[in-house]
Amino acid sequence: MYVSPIREPLIKGNKDYSQVTRDIMAPMAGKPSKYWYMGMALAGAAALMGAWASYETVFNGIGTWGLNKTIGWAWDITNFVWWVGIGHAGTFISAILLLFRQKWRTSINRSAEAMTLIAIACAGFFPLIHMGRLLLGFFIFPYPNTRDLWVNFNSPLLWDVFAITTYFLVSLVFWYVGLIPDIGTVRDKAKNKIRKAIYGFLSFGWTGSARHWSRHETISLVLAGLAAPLVLSVHTIVSFDFATSVIPGWHTTIFPPYFVSGAIFSGFAMVLTLLIVARKALNLEDYITINHIESMNKIIILTGSIVGIAYLTEFFIAWYSGVEYEQYAFFNRAFGPYAWAYWIMMTCNVITPQLFWFKKIRTSLIATFIISIFVNIGMWFERFVIVVTSLHRDYLPSSWSMYKPTLVEVGLYIGTLGLFFTLFLLFIRIFPVIAIAEVKSVLKSSGEHQKHAHHE
Amino acid sequence: MSKFISAYYHDEEDLIKGVRQIRNQGIEPADVRTPFPVHGLDKAMGMKRSRLTRVAFAGGAIGGLIGFFFQAWVFTVAYPINFGGKPFFAVPSFMPVTFEMTVLFAAFSMVIAFFIHNKLGPGAKTIIYDEQVTDDRFQILIEADDLDEPEQQRIEKALKEAGAQGIQLTS
Repeated sequence: MYVSPIREPLIKGNKDYSQVTRDIMAPMAGKPSKYWYMGMALAGAAALMGAWASYETVFNGIGTWGLNKTIGWAWDITNFVWWVGIGHAGTFISAILLLFRQKWRTSINRSAEAMTLIAIACAGFFPLIHMGRLLLGFFIFPYPNTRDLWVNFNSPLLWDVFAITTYFLVSLVFWYVGLIPDIGTVRDKAKNKIRKAIYGFLSFGWTGSARHWSRHETISLVLAGLAAPLVLSVHTIVSFDFATSVIPGWHTTIFPPYFVSGAIFSGFAMVLTLLIVARKALNLEDYITINHIESMNKIIILTGSIVGIAYLTEFFIAWYSGVEYEQYAFFNRAFGPYAWAYWIMMTCNVITPQLFWFKKIRTSLIATFIISIFVNIGMWFERFVIVVTSLHRDYLPSSWSMYKPTLVEVGLYIGTLGLFFTLFLLFIRIFPVIAIAEVKSVLKSSGEHQKHAHHE
Repeated sequence: MSKFISAYYHDEEDLIKGVRQIRNQGIEPADVRTPFPVHGLDKAMGMKRSRLTRVAFAGGAIGGLIGFFFQAWVFTVAYPINFGGKPFFAVPSFMPVTFEMTVLFAAFSMVIAFFIHNKLGPGAKTIIYDEQVTDDRFQILIEADDLDEPEQQRIEKALKEAGAQGIQLTS
């Protein structure tokens, strides 16, 4: 008879509740470390480059980019989709894993959700800056105006506006509602008066009342139930930006599930990249254990394989459709002038994640870190391949063209990376990176060691 | 300001037992405060199921209806535009925005109702009787304003028998 092995505890080190509080709040206390300042300086420099590139774009126009008449979308939309995709892991962890009662999510959901919010902010930046006239950005919202004009509700780009806005707002609320009890903890531990007042304000007067907790549980569950279809809808709608057009290579019905799994795939890779560093730097190895990393790697194998199958299906359908343009678009992807981008994508997304089938590799921190970087790169190239190779040779060979990014476009991308890491580093200092209350609720299965700790 | 008898526990299972025991003796705690959601405590305290889910449903329904009919109004009454001969009243293409509005309204109405119902919010004036409660203490509060001396002693004794520690009067 097979007897399943006893699972390892989610949190290591036999801790009691107050130890958990102290451990998780430790990174917020005292002066930041030298590495924090170094990270901040690097991220700040990258953000400054983004500021310069934004200045160039706003004052000199989109002409400073490498776009042309054939290729009207390139790095900006690539970056937009990449960032939105990265955001998806946070919601997946906090909403879908909550509905599936995966308790290991409690150690990673807070930081992943913060990552979601920052990533959506970075994503939203690209469509805005592409408008050229940034000040008229509000034209995308339907509001009564003197032009007597409404927005086009039939356009996927407008659906995007609603999807991304809703996604950001709901994620923000979900994250903050979960944060309130922990802000209460920070408030009660604060020694300094000003700190106490600020966190007291932010804690919304949290008392820990059992009635509040009971309702808190209810709304967390319902918010998860709302956020789960929401996160699936967001990347579905992002994929509609392409799928509802008539460009060969874009006009495919497989896009929504393919984009959603790609998004979760890349999001988990980014969570791993960040947390493998953070758990070490913040001394949280007992909370984010190898088991957590392994579980995330399993999700990477699953979603990576779905993405791989989607690539192959696209190819098969292109051939099977018998449509010359469709066939050429895919042939051109794999063997045309941008073949290098295609094969980078294939290697990073389809081949390297399969290494996680080996237990040794998926439980190795260094291997996981390297593969997670590969996936980040591969998923960026996926969007680049979809956007640029489909556009650069569409129907008439006379309008075929090539695309090369300018320094301004590179600057915008590096700028958002800088913004992302700046905000994440600030988040580490301002709020607890792990949901303290949620970790306490999964800390033990029996009351024994907790009792002994106090009764002796 | 009201006075409370405060007692605390170190373990959530002892707390649940304690709450059950004192409630069996007819002592109703004004509040129980815990560092994290304790499962089974709501039952032990005799709490009803939260009705916030209904708020979410109503909010979502309102959001969805507003989303759908607003788009329908714009494209059939306010500003009908002919997009390649497609119908003005194009139900399938109204769905994404309708869905997003449903989710947005459901989430926000429920969260706002949560804060109003709990009287929590930015700058909310609540009293923390024990700062350890958000760390590792489980606290029972029993109202002590109108209690005479023997009654108070009876409650304190009951709490002690129910395994509580640090029993004291707070205000």
